[in-house]
Order: sequence, then C-alpha cells, then structure tokens
Amino acid sequence: MSAVVATAPQPRPRAAQSIWHHHLVRAVISIAVFLVLWELGARFKLPWVGQVPPPTVVFNTWLPLLQDPGYWYSWVQSSRRVLSGFIAAMIIGIPFGLAMATSRMFHDISFPVFEILRPIPPLAWVPAAIIFWPTQELSIGFVIFLGAIFTIMLNVIGGARSIDVRFFQAARSMGSSNWDIFRRIILPGVLPSIVVGCEVGIGITWNVVVAAEMISGGGGAIQSSAGGGLGFFIWNSYIGFSYPQIVVGMISIGIAGYISSAIIRKLGQTITPWARTR
Amino acid sequence: MNARAQAATKGAIRIQNVDKVYYAREGAVQAVSDCSLDIRAGEICMIVGPSGCGKTTLLNAIAGFHDITGGAIHLDGELLCGPGKPQAEPGPDRVVVFQNGALFPWKTNLENVAFGPVVQGKLGKAEARDKALGLMADAGLSGTEHNYPGEVSSGTRRRVEIVRALMNDPKVLLLDEPFRALDSLTKSVMHEALLEIYYKNKVTIFFITHDLEEAIFLGHRVAIMTTRPCKPKKILEVDIPHPRNYGVLTSPRFRSLMEETVNAVHEEAVKAFEAGEKEM
Amino acid sequence: MAEGKPATSAGEIGAWAMFMYRYSKALRSPTPYLMLAGFALFFGAWFLLSEVFRFWRFASLPGPRQVLIEWFNPNPVYGMSLYTPDYYMHIWMSLRRVLIAFAIATGLGVPFGLFLGWSKVYREFTFPVFETLRPIPVLAWVPLAIVMFRGDETPVIFLTTLASFYATALNTMLGVQSIDPSFPRAAACLGASKWQIFRHIIVPGALPFIFTGLQISVGVAWFSLVAAEMVSGEYGLGYLINSSYVNVQYPVILIGMISVGIVGYASSALVRLAGDYMMQWRVRELALGEGR
Repeated sequence: MSAVVATAPQPRPRAAQSIWHHHLVRAVISIAVFLVLWELGARFKLPWVGQVPPPTVVFNTWLPLLQDPGYWYSWVQSSRRVLSGFIAAMIIGIPFGLAMATSRMFHDISFPVFEILRPIPPLAWVPAAIIFWPTQELSIGFVIFLGAIFTIMLNVIGGARSIDVRFFQAARSMGSSNWDIFRRIILPGVLPSIVVGCEVGIGITWNVVVAAEMISGGGGAIQSSAGGGLGFFIWNSYIGFSYPQIVVGMISIGIAGYISSAIIRKLGQTITPWARTR
Repeated sequence: MNARAQAATKGAIRIQNVDKVYYAREGAVQAVSDCSLDIRAGEICMIVGPSGCGKTTLLNAIAGFHDITGGAIHLDGELLCGPGKPQAEPGPDRVVVFQNGALFPWKTNLENVAFGPVVQGKLGKAEARDKALGLMADAGLSGTEHNYPGEVSSGTRRRVEIVRALMNDPKVLLLDEPFRALDSLTKSVMHEALLEIYYKNKVTIFFITHDLEEAIFLGHRVAIMTTRPCKPKKILEVDIPHPRNYGVLTSPRFRSLMEETVNAVHEEAVKAFEAGEKEM
Repeated sequence: MAEGKPATSAGEIGAWAMFMYRYSKALRSPTPYLMLAGFALFFGAWFLLSEVFRFWRFASLPGPRQVLIEWFNPNPVYGMSLYTPDYYMHIWMSLRRVLIAFAIATGLGVPFGLFLGWSKVYREFTFPVFETLRPIPVLAWVPLAIVMFRGDETPVIFLTTLASFYATALNTMLGVQSIDPSFPRAAACLGASKWQIFRHIIVPGALPFIFTGLQISVGVAWFSLVAAEMVSGEYGLGYLINSSYVNVQYPVILIGMISVGIVGYASSALVRLAGDYMMQWRVRELALGEGR
C-alpha cells in the first residue's frame, strides 16, 4: 500500500545503537541498581533503609512460603473480596452513571448527594458500615463498593458527555429510535471511559481491601478471627516481628494488583478494539 | 527595512538529490526520493502536491526537525544537512509557521512576538517589546498585543505568528499549509496580508499548500510534486507581475496557468487517492 | 440580553452582568429545584429510616437530627462539637499532615514528572522502578513505614506523601507528553536553547495537567491519611472516627465523616482555584468557548 522499499538498495538499518540505548536493557539496569542499593542500604544500616530487610533475605523468606497453602489462600481471600466488591460497584455504578448522563432530571436530583458523599474517603465509612451491616464481610464489601463506585460513575458520566454530538445527529437522521441510540451510540461510546474508570477503580479497591484486612487484624473497628487475606498477612507479620514477611506480603499484593489491572486492560481492549488507534 | 527589501540575495536554498527514508511499523517507507529543487533568494516558491506525498518531510528537513538519509541541502552555499551532517539545527534563519498554529497559548501576543530575539539574547526585553509593537502595528495588529492567542480570531493568530517569525529577520520563511484551517473569506484577506508583508521584507518563502488558486496567486514559481516518494514533477513560472491583487484571479493568464497546474496535479492526485495514502 | 449593568465597553459585557444573567437563567430552569429535591430525598430517607421508623439495621445508625444536634451543641454529650476546641485540634492535626505531605509530594513530584516527560534517557532509567513500585497499594506500606520511621507522625506523613507523589509525578509526566510537538519545534526555530524550551514551553504547557494531578493528589492524600490515622495514630479525624466507634459514641463518627468530607472538598477546591489563577490564559480561552 505505502511505497515500501522493496527492490531499492537496502535502506541503512537503524544506525547501530549501542545496546545501552535499548529501553528494555535500561529498565533491567535500573531495577538492578535499585535492588543493589536496597541491599547495601539495608546491610549497612543506613537510616530508614537500614530497618528494611534486604532483598536477599526477603527472597529467602518467600521461597518456602510459595509452598505454603495458607499463603495462597490469602491470595484467594483478598482477590475474592476485590472481585465481589468491584463487580458490585460496576453493576450499580454503570447504570447509575448512564442514567445520570442521559437524563437531565435524574442527574439534577442525584448529583448533589453524589458530590457530597464523594469527598468522604471510603475508609472513613468503616465504622458506620460495621454498625449498619450484620456481618463483617458485608461491611468490608460495602466499603470496597463505595471506594470503586465513585470513580466508575465519574468516568461513565464523563465518557457519555464526551460522545461527539454529531453521532447522535447522524443516527437520528438515519431514523434511529431512542433505544437504538442508547444501544448503538451511547453504550459503545461510553465503553472506553468505563474501562479507564475500572482501571483506576481497581487500584482504589486494592487499597481499601488491604486496609480493611489490616484493620481487622490490628484491632480497632473490626474485631474478629475471620478475616485473613494478604492485608491481614502483612499485619500479622508485623505483629509477629517477621519483618521480611511484611515485604513479601507487600510485593505479593503489588503483583496481584498488577495482574488485576492487566486483566482489566486486556478485557478492555477486547471489548473496545476500536479504541486502540495510534 | 529598506535595506532588507533591496538585498534579496539571502535565502537561496539548494536541495540536491535528497532522500528520506523513515522506519514505520510496516517497514521502511521512502518519503522523499532523489528530490532536487533550487529555490531562488527572495522568491515565493509554492510547493503543491497530493496529501501525504512528503512535502512536509521536505520542509521538516530544511527546518532541521529530522534528518535526511541521502543528498544535501544548502542555504546560501552553506551546508544545512548532508553527508556527514544528517540533520540541520533549527534556527531563526529558517522560521516555520505551522499548519495548526504554534503560538504559545500561555503568553500574550506581544510576548509571543518578542520571544525570538529575547531568548537569543539579541535584544533586551524593553527593546524587543518596542520592536514587536512596531511590527505588529505594521501588520495591522494594534490592539491585540495584550490578548492571549486563545482570545483572538484564527486569522489574527496567523498574522501574529508570521510577525513572530519576521521579528528574527529570517532568511527563509517556511510555511506549512498555514491557511489551511481558515475559511475562504479569511483566507483571501490573509493572502493579501502576506503579500504586503512580503513586499516590505522580501524574505524567501517556501510555502506548502493544496490550494492551487492560492499557489498561483501568491507564488513566483509553483513546484508540483509527485505522490510519495516526493519529487518535483513540473515547475511552473508564474509570470504575472508583482505587486498582485485580487483582480489577478480573473485574468486570462491566471486561468491558463490554472489549467496547466490542474492537469499536472490531477494525475498525481488520482494516484494518491488509489493508493489510499494516510496523511503522513 | 443581559440583566443588571449595561455593557461596559463596545462588545464587552461586564462580569457582574454575566453573572446576573446566568444566575437568573438558572433559577428559571428546573435544575436547582431538582437538586433541592435530591437533597431532601436523601436526608429525608435517612431521617425516616433511622429515627422515625427505626427500620432494621438503620435503628442503630444515628440519624441526621441527632448528628446535627450534637454537632451544634455547645455542651455536647460526647465531647465533640463545633464548640469544643478538641474538635478543631483533630481537624488541624489532619490538615497539618496533609499540608506537609502535599508540599513534599509536589516539591518532589513535579520536577520528577517534568524530567520523566522531557528526557527519554531519564525516563528509561527511572520509570521502570517507579512503575514497579506503583502497584503496591499505599496502605500496604503501613507496617513497613512504622518499622522504618521512628515516631508517630513520620509514618503517617510518609504514607500520605507517597500516595500524593505517585499521582503528581504521573500526571505531570502525562502533561509534558501531551504538549503539542509543534510548540517546542517553534521555540527551537526561534532560537531557544534546550533549557529555554524547558522553561518557556514545557513547564507552562504541562501546567493544566499538573494542576489536575494536584487535585487528584489532594484527594488521594486525604484518602491515605484517614486510613493511616485509623490504623496507627493519635489525633486526627481518622483517629477520631475510629476511636468514637470503639468508645460507642456513634454520632461523633458521622461528625468526623462529614468533617473530613468538607475539609477534603475545600482543599481540592483551593487547588483548583490556584490553578485557575495561575493559568489565566486557559480560563479566558475556555470561557470564550474556543477549546484548543
């Protein structure tokens, strides 16, 4: 299609760049440097860093844990909470957001309440949630739900608003009904924003889950033996003075969070293949 | 200003056998191939061709925004880019006026215009301001000095950008379809404004456009380029005398030149259409 | 067309006239009344469910009337109201932490983000580490922060700073990357050196994104702060919420929640106003409806 050089004299290859210019090599170098500095800082008891277990110790602590079913069960518990809270937020948030974006009346009625509740950090709701909900799981779930829903709704509303008005005009001129317009213009148009909202929301969700699990282990608002999960694992390690395990827990959550974001991004790309324009 | 108008010996560009290959996802793309063009000092040279054929690549090479992979470009005998020096440095001797406008939105029009000499250290802030005020008044822009670009009309913005370029006494003005986004009424006013500015300053103008009428109206010569890879296919001398005004548009000479140009361009345009070129 | 004062100069309408026009126009639309209706619905439902009907679990929740009475009580039952100095002390403790964290995060995050966006070399060497640490939820750092930093205040401030830093740096980087490449090119043509381009083009060009990032950063700071205070802290609104639960002083929980909401919202609004002030050009541009 484009005038790709086929038979012409071979084009000069990318000026031979040194290997140090390749971005993956640089990434590896930077992470390696970071690990080395961490190791040295921990071993030489530098301020702050000196209190952190060095990476070698962390790694050695991690290996036996990989075979411990209790460790993997923590993964399952946290993931379960994240998933259920997040899905609940989507099920309620997306329709609500769409309603707010499409119906002026609905928007005007719900917007003030929405804007008042939004600035309250999700974790501030924990005690109120415990008072209200009969079980602890439900209260944690509620808080997670709150954490994600505002972000999702904001993104849905923003996304619906930014749909080019000419799409509506084109559809109307081709004789679409309201329902058609909703299904074929609004829904697909909002999808990319929903995906973005979910990506941000999942990060918040993990934060809330971890915090809730830590609080449940750390006394205070939530007292119980039920609980568990990776946040609880970290807190427990702290209480039990197993500091390398703290770091193991942190890294595990980081990995779990990264995987969930990646899954959402992948799903997003499958649902909205057109959004991937250069 | 007067000395400037007389001495139109600066700004001759010699493009010799220039090649530009760039590497996209599909593989190597030859944007410009063996392109040679001589632009005379002080002339208005119009570059016409179908979309995506590589005209902007040529302009970018002269301006120094990217390199060339073969050939050489000289400005007044000095090497801009070529063997041993693949990329020119951007500089105030070849100022660009961009297609979508590049006035800095966070500076007032006056600050924009005075920008060049101030950052180069050539003039103090106060002197630059005074010179800028003078040039803007010349160009009919009095009253807009303290507005931000976002507050004035697109035609005004274009003129401010051209004045900003001229503040630096450039040898060459590189214009990349500068009037493309304007409506045709504003455009016709801009043409006359540009010519007025040119008559006062006699810079060399390298002007890329799609608009054939614009090309013949403004230019001393019109270079018609082939589709990608870009190369001059035909060069027309527009022998209508300067100074020109809009009456020229209906003259018989104008119409016959249009006919020649349209025929030359049409073939290339069809080729480009069939090849489905995306804008580069 | 405009009510109130007449045009102040040819074609220009005074700001006051504009305001009056918009205000009267808004009053004639159903919007403000619907908003009031929304408020009423929410508070009404809450009131009815918790204080009047005592429906199901709502019975244990304090109702809006209880909360308001307590909040405005010169002699509060649980010791915390608009009239008690302790209340303001808690607010101040939280606010102080947020301010310190925000200042540090902005001071570090903006330059860091600017370099990330501006220099490819810097980015390729630094961004990987940044991105690797980012997925770790800020609150997962709590125990490690307690271990690393002595004292009670430092861990809390560290956590809040960390959260803000991520948001600020990321948005700043995006801001630099979003600058139309024509601008630095134009500046180069006009003879600007690399540093001049950075100063005159990159920094002002990224400012809109930077301020969006700062607003997000303030929100994130409050989020992390309240959480950190609930887990490990003395004083502060998060601590207040937690301890009033433990001490079965339920209306105070809601007072705490509402206070956090108000202060958090106000700080976001302040940042936005500061941004509007610094970016006059953008405000005017947007006001004229020409978005570019």
